[in-house]
Amino acid sequence: MLPGVMRLYVAVAVSTFRRYTAYRAATAAGVFTNIVFGFIVAYAYMALWHERPNLGGYGREQALTFVWISQALAAAMALLGGGFQEELQERIRTGEIAIDLSRPVDMQLWWLACDLGRAVFHLLSRGVVPLAVGALAFRLALPQSPLMWLAFLLSALLGAVVSFALRYLVALSSFWLLDGAGVNMVNGLLTMFFSGMLLPLTVFPGAFGETARLLPWAAVLQTPADVLLGRHHGSGLGRALLFQAGWVLVLLSAGRAMQLRATQRTVVQGG
Amino acid sequence: MRNKQHHGGRGRFENNGGIELEDVEKVFTLRRRTGVLRRSREEVRAVDGISFTVAPGEMVGYIGPNGAGKSTTIKMLTGILAPSGGRLRVAGIDPARERIRLAHHIGVVYGQRTTLWWDLPLRDSYTLVRRLYRVPARRFHRNLDRCVELLDLGALMDTPVRQLSLGQRVRGDIAAALLHDPAILYLDEPTIGLDAVSKVKVRGFLQDINAEHNTTVLLTTHDLTDIEQLCRRVMVIDHGRLVYDGTLDGLHTLGESERTLIVDFERVLPPVTVPGARTVKTDGPRQWLAIPADASAAPVVAAVAAHHPLVDLSIREPDVEDVIAAMYARLPRG
Repeated sequence: MLPGVMRLYVAVAVSTFRRYTAYRAATAAGVFTNIVFGFIVAYAYMALWHERPNLGGYGREQALTFVWISQALAAAMALLGGGFQEELQERIRTGEIAIDLSRPVDMQLWWLACDLGRAVFHLLSRGVVPLAVGALAFRLALPQSPLMWLAFLLSALLGAVVSFALRYLVALSSFWLLDGAGVNMVNGLLTMFFSGMLLPLTVFPGAFGETARLLPWAAVLQTPADVLLGRHHGSGLGRALLFQAGWVLVLLSAGRAMQLRATQRTVVQGG
Repeated sequence: MRNKQHHGGRGRFENNGGIELEDVEKVFTLRRRTGVLRRSREEVRAVDGISFTVAPGEMVGYIGPNGAGKSTTIKMLTGILAPSGGRLRVAGIDPARERIRLAHHIGVVYGQRTTLWWDLPLRDSYTLVRRLYRVPARRFHRNLDRCVELLDLGALMDTPVRQLSLGQRVRGDIAAALLHDPAILYLDEPTIGLDAVSKVKVRGFLQDINAEHNTTVLLTTHDLTDIEQLCRRVMVIDHGRLVYDGTLDGLHTLGESERTLIVDFERVLPPVTVPGARTVKTDGPRQWLAIPADASAAPVVAAVAAHHPLVDLSIREPDVEDVIAAMYARLPRG
């Protein structure tokens, strides 16, 4: 039996999962988009790796695998928008946050549970199908060992929490800014580039590359992808997971601090 | 079980369903642009020194014009807003300090907002509420069955909230607010936009809950009929101050408010004269008769029907705004 608190958050995650199952057409369209983008980027990478073999330490098969993992995780990690933060921003803007705040629940854990429920749904729908299509159409470097897949899932979970924690900070800024459009745009741009969605972060040289690989966005996509590609093993795998866990800790704590400030100065919108 | 009518102790209503406010204030600072870079700060006293006590099991109406400070008060009572000054206790708890602990003792219904989940069927929303408040299974099912029966929700349980009509949604919200047996229920405009049948259903249900569980109810509304049928006591707030605290009849007397009897006759008649009423307007065969709000309309209706060929009639209750405006005309502001 799970303790009461856990059961609440599991129920929240399950109900969010179920909410997303209601929108089948949107899900199908999303799967289609991920597949189409997968092909486009795959051919672009093939051209690039043909010119520069071993770019970023990836062989051709690894580069193509990276493409399809990016597409598979794009929705789950909300790399191109989506997720809870627009809903939370809207609730802050309209004052409906008042309802959330009159519940006996921790706001951060509540939204984390929501977002993880959504992430699991997106991993199963918009993750599995594009990756399977990619694996059929191209030769990918996917691991055989179930343990590697398990390590990948753990790393993906940590990545999803980092992604949540970042977007939670963005969403909470609405308490001060009222209009989240600007921050969302900046965050979208940073996420797209620094997660590795455009190009693997391993291809960037020098201090810029070093820095990019240490930023929290790297923990969202680059790290799980490298875990699946088998680029971290032994103590290296431990370090990769610790790197993610470190950002989880830092960003969730920052979110808590911001939440405290926000609720202390709450000016709930609307009468 | 909660203690009924427990008195004594430091706060009078320690750990039960009472509400206490002492000189409570809420001041908002607004920054306004007055030039390209210049900002001026302006203080708005949304709640300006309010004191009142609501005993456990009391049903109290809390009314006032738009922007009077009603919602701000409710937000302070739920702990969402911290007061700028004064002392506030709900069920013995300081709301802003212990918002989450307080949440287990209160239920909140907003007529214009929903606490339910838009995409989920009512049933799933209630399951989430059960987990939220950790209601034991037996109590949950007992409370839910009762709400479903009295609020007529049976056929709606598998409907997503977004597909419910306003009246259905509000009934669903009221049920959600009561599943954890709150000692205190705040209702913010619960009947706004409801049709007559839904209003009657909601009011009847609230009366039952209050009678059975001794639930304390604080109700804000624009519909004086809500107050008339539910509350013996009404508090009026305006410009952040409590300007009246007493019975509804007393308010009508003070405000010299009038109900309007709208009468359709068979043909055009000269303005009718009936004891206890005066004709304020005529339009063809239709006439408007004003009756003091604290008097019964029955003798007037009987007198009109006895002497004139009547086709139809209806009664319009005075608006909160009218009553308060009229009250001001008589009451020197302090």
